[in-house]
Amino acid sequence: MIAIIKYNAGNTKSVENAVKRLGFDCIITDDPSEIKRANKVIFPGVGEASTAMAYLKQHQLDKLIVSLKQPVLGICLGLQLMCKSSEEGNTKCLGIFDTVVKKFPPIDIVPHMGWNNLLETSGAMFKGISQTNDVYFVHSYYAELVKDTVATCNYILPFSAAIQKDNFYATQFHTEKSAQIGEIILNNFLSL
Amino acid sequence: MLKKRIIPCLDIQNGRTVKGINFLDIRDAGDPIELAKRYVEEGADELVFLDITATNEKRKTLVDLVEKISREINIPFTVGGGINSMEDASAIIKAGADKVSINSAAIKRPQLITEIAKQFGSQAVVLAIDTKFENNEWHVYSNGGKIPVGLKTIDWALEGEKLGAGEILLTSMNNDGTKNGFALDITNKISQQLQIPIIASGGAGTKLHFKEVFEQTKASGALAASIFHFGEISIQILKTYLKTENILIR
Repeated sequence: MIAIIKYNAGNTKSVENAVKRLGFDCIITDDPSEIKRANKVIFPGVGEASTAMAYLKQHQLDKLIVSLKQPVLGICLGLQLMCKSSEEGNTKCLGIFDTVVKKFPPIDIVPHMGWNNLLETSGAMFKGISQTNDVYFVHSYYAELVKDTVATCNYILPFSAAIQKDNFYATQFHTEKSAQIGEIILNNFLSL
Repeated sequence: MLKKRIIPCLDIQNGRTVKGINFLDIRDAGDPIELAKRYVEEGADELVFLDITATNEKRKTLVDLVEKISREINIPFTVGGGINSMEDASAIIKAGADKVSINSAAIKRPQLITEIAKQFGSQAVVLAIDTKFENNEWHVYSNGGKIPVGLKTIDWALEGEKLGAGEILLTSMNNDGTKNGFALDITNKISQQLQIPIIASGGAGTKLHFKEVFEQTKASGALAASIFHFGEISIQILKTYLKTENILIR
């Protein structure tokens, strides 16, 4: 069973649908015991960092996420909340990844919205993915490059498109909205 | 590099696609799901579903359809047409739409843009602007292009951005349906002055028109309906062409 963490950041419907399209069972839940019991956990998120972190703390999901031992996949805001901090609302985040989240300098259109190609992909998530592949991004903040970065992307500057450390995986792009390429990446995670 | 987006628009009435084409391998061109899937296969970067029914009784049909689209489609999609309130927007987004497009309702009550953006994020709010060039200026029209609002298009676009819109869908009424190309001047003006992405709409008739709008404006995407519906240009052929013309395309 795959658990999708339910919290106040955006809707989780698209992620649920994408998981089901790939033939996996999933539940959307904020119940700690259900999340702990799941084979894999997805931590999605669209929204604002400080509000999302406040909610996670209030429901003690912050400590729970950090303590998980099974593979966990953060998506979009999920990735950002797994970093040390975010400039969005000056937020202290979960600190799983040793990097910080900053706002794009306004020298081009912000948000970075649309299809952009991955560079320097590595690791289990990107099995079968070539570097010319485009995936779908929507974000105004980015995670700086770190040694655990497993895919980079270039927009205004190079940033972490995906990060992986131990059992924690995360993508800045929306795997659930990135056509077949997104499905391969999501399937790679779900099949770990 | 960030790619320019090609966005087919599907007009929906009572849960069915209107002015659908007859692709040989599509059983039912009136089925929005089948047509949408076909566009995705051809390489559409995003889809827009525009509900032209827009009566309250039909709302439920639209929400059901959005749920179905969300189950079947693996690229982002926007839903617009008759979204008048936070409740309307919320129902559509919760059903799985990535973005809602609002037009007349935002003109009537600009705060609606901010409310939806606060709840779901700016990226979920597309401000659709219907614009017409007359008396030497681009003006905003509401109610499907029937009523002049008394606003300059550039002012309304800037205001919309300030209120929290994540994107502007700019339709030129002078160009719409003409197949003579996009309104390059106003699209360029707005895309130069705003920080958020601009989607050009209205007037696409040939592959060259897409090249022009991407070369001569800062538009992030281009939307078209009839040329795709009637199979005059396939998305695949269009994208191949634009790539050979050195436009950044997925």
